[in-house]
Amino acid sequence: MDWNFLPIFPHSASNFAPQVDSLYAYLVLVSAFFSILIAILIVTFAIKFRRKSETEIPAPVDEHSTGGMILEITWSVIPLLLSLVMFGWGAIIFFDESKPPSDAMEIWVTGKQWMWKVQHLEGTREINELHVPVNRNIRLTLTSEDVIHDFYVPAFRTKTDVVPGRYTTEWFRPTKVGQYHLFCAEYCGTKHSGMVGTIYVMDPAEYDAWLTSGTNVGSMAQKGEALFQQLGCATCHTSDGKGRCPNLAGVWGTKVELRGGSAALVDASYVRESIVNPLAKIVNGYDPIMPTFQGLVTEDQIQQLIEYVRSIGPKQPGPPPAIAKPGETPAKLTPVLGQPQK
Amino acid sequence: MLTATKAIEQPKSYLTDGYGLKSWLLTSDHKRIAILYLISITFFFFIGGLFAAMIRLELATPAGDLLESDVYNKMFTMHGIVMVFFFLIPSIPATLGNFLIPPMVGAKDLAFPKINLLSWYIYVLGGIFTLYVLLTGGVDTGWTFYTPFSTSYSNTYVMAAAVGVFISGFSSILTGLNFIVTIHRMRAPGLTWFRLPLFVWANYATSMIQILGTPVIAVTILLVALERGLHIGVFDPALGGDPVLFQHLFWFYSHPAVYIMILPSMGVVSEIISTFSRKKPFGYTFIAFSSVAIAVFGFLVWGHHLFVSSQSVYAGMVFSILSYIVAIPSAIKVFNWTATMYKGSISLSTPMLYSIGFIGLFTIGGLTGLFLASLGMNVHLTDTYFVIAHFHYVMVGGAIMGYLSGLHFWWPKITGRMYPVVWSKVAAVLIFLGFNLTFFPQFILGFLGMPRRYHVYPPEFQVYNVLSSAGATILGLGYIIPFVYFMWSLKKGKLAGPNPWGATGLEWQIPSPPPTENFEVTPVITGEAYEYHAQEVVEVG
Repeated sequence: MDWNFLPIFPHSASNFAPQVDSLYAYLVLVSAFFSILIAILIVTFAIKFRRKSETEIPAPVDEHSTGGMILEITWSVIPLLLSLVMFGWGAIIFFDESKPPSDAMEIWVTGKQWMWKVQHLEGTREINELHVPVNRNIRLTLTSEDVIHDFYVPAFRTKTDVVPGRYTTEWFRPTKVGQYHLFCAEYCGTKHSGMVGTIYVMDPAEYDAWLTSGTNVGSMAQKGEALFQQLGCATCHTSDGKGRCPNLAGVWGTKVELRGGSAALVDASYVRESIVNPLAKIVNGYDPIMPTFQGLVTEDQIQQLIEYVRSIGPKQPGPPPAIAKPGETPAKLTPVLGQPQK
Repeated sequence: MLTATKAIEQPKSYLTDGYGLKSWLLTSDHKRIAILYLISITFFFFIGGLFAAMIRLELATPAGDLLESDVYNKMFTMHGIVMVFFFLIPSIPATLGNFLIPPMVGAKDLAFPKINLLSWYIYVLGGIFTLYVLLTGGVDTGWTFYTPFSTSYSNTYVMAAAVGVFISGFSSILTGLNFIVTIHRMRAPGLTWFRLPLFVWANYATSMIQILGTPVIAVTILLVALERGLHIGVFDPALGGDPVLFQHLFWFYSHPAVYIMILPSMGVVSEIISTFSRKKPFGYTFIAFSSVAIAVFGFLVWGHHLFVSSQSVYAGMVFSILSYIVAIPSAIKVFNWTATMYKGSISLSTPMLYSIGFIGLFTIGGLTGLFLASLGMNVHLTDTYFVIAHFHYVMVGGAIMGYLSGLHFWWPKITGRMYPVVWSKVAAVLIFLGFNLTFFPQFILGFLGMPRRYHVYPPEFQVYNVLSSAGATILGLGYIIPFVYFMWSLKKGKLAGPNPWGATGLEWQIPSPPPTENFEVTPVITGEAYEYHAQEVVEVG
């Protein structure tokens, strides 16, 4: 008989999938063992010790005896130890998931009610689709234009909330060519269940062909540079360093000294904040004169501006990751290599 | 014969102490207030159930062919709000707790009888707001009210729904306050803490959560209202707020709220397993303190709802390990209940069937919680049907089974009448089977990747959804049967007598139904709880 109509495992198509599935198997085994143990004990007791007469009073058990105490300790400690394995195992996978490797390919994703917008560094854009090459580390930097969404690919076992006003990251290495579901997993309004898409995992050659097949009008960095001129950024952020605002060439990935003595790492989150809320962090030696661009630039344009700033960053040893992970001090981040430009 | 029965039964019961609507609506008798609550929460249970039925009906097919997306979203939102805030949270404390805590501690009433009545009126007021939302068009934020969707994007009646939840919270706080003062100050002479029934311990722990946690949700809802109504930026980044802050505040209450729902059920089950095994609960002190431990540690695990929310990795690790620690007291309880049955004198009466069902379903609910507490596993499972299945195993398989168990156990005490044995056992088995058929397939659905709150879903998920919807039909039928025979028993049920189960609690030493003042003379307690002696009892169930 064909049991395919009752699947019990989802597709497995990323580096994380086998790890998560092994942990799942452990959890299922432990759970099945205890469920069955309790069920057998209860059924056995219910039959063996069933009431024989209405006046029957069983002898009280002396639970203060050593035996009772040993039992209590046993059934507290064994579950605790088994649980700690679950904790450790899960934490190791999670830690791995939160550390994108330094050679990861960068892709930008923006969620909005009710669609996914994707920008590749090369300039290619897609909607509700994401094309990636197989066996390459991929890092997504995600944000939302409105409410909270969540980028969930069951076949990859990865999921990250897509939060307005900040960047989150999700990384994976697709291991199997094919098409997989993309779901929005955080309830986001009327067409939440329509905010779905397809992940295309392709052979590298096919991927390259796909990437160059579109009608590109330049890379993200080039579009960012055009915006930089168009929005008037260049009038103050001059490249000779004599402007009213800091020269942005070479600052990407470095630490800039702020007013009041603190420092900030120039990464995607910092650049984004400097565009939408410029007065939050003022570089030492400059006046707080920049107006906010909130509402004047879209999330997509901010991403292009960030890529522009990255592209004029120092060439060696290469730009750092797009953003710092939450809860980490940026200083801990290891620099990553730049992306090969097409 | 009939007149003779009436003559014996009528003189001193709380049910016959005054007739007419006014005698009920202005009562300060904890038992009558418990009945008022029982009627109101049953009403909301069936309303919430109706929404569940619509959800399962829609999900029988992958396409959105029965309801519009907006309507579907309102269905699961209203299902959640009604079931959580207007059924599960008040369920056992406000009905069985209200009715039983005074007699269990040997008191004539709760410490503040009028505040007790006030709490019911507050609950009703909150309920009216919620009904208003239902009748005028509903709300679509999910019962979790996540921002900035709830504050800046939803076009539904968020404010009225929030006000309803806000108001009902005060009823919960007042009930908790009343229980804590009563248990501290009104215990009969000789009734030391470790002679208290475990049901009282469980409700004590629940009350602590109610008075410490509920104010936080009240403040959170107020902030949502301020942002939605006055555009004061708290949560919406467009207004300078932090959307994830809302999740921290919301779950700081709403995770402990899960224990508000489950702890009283654990108390009920502790009583029932003991009674129908005729043995003192094994590890009395362990069960008692595990309730308190759950209440305390329950406040430290809210962050496990936020593992993928952009919360820091290290915060995630702390919340993960704390979540495992809070699971241990629950495991201790399950093992102790099982051990209580060992060498007991076990009767599979209806309340016992429900309690055994509780242990089975709660065990699965608890164990699947271990999946979700594991960080790497959680990333895949969170916001899928696995979570839906997990918390229904805890809240429906656990909390509602416990509630029904208790209702069947104390129904003879509350009404003085028995319900039909066979029908009640049939219903217990139907509910157990229907429940498993409804929710077990959802674990698999979740692991396969079906997200929650999906109106339309890919066709490959249909088989499990059909199984689930079929189970829901059985479950729904299972819930209607007790409603029918309980109503029937009010007039036609066999008279129960004071102690039909041969139980040991103080509440079983007074007539059924009890007189208004519970005890003619305040009892003096000289022994431990749960001392079973040979007594001439004829068990009816």
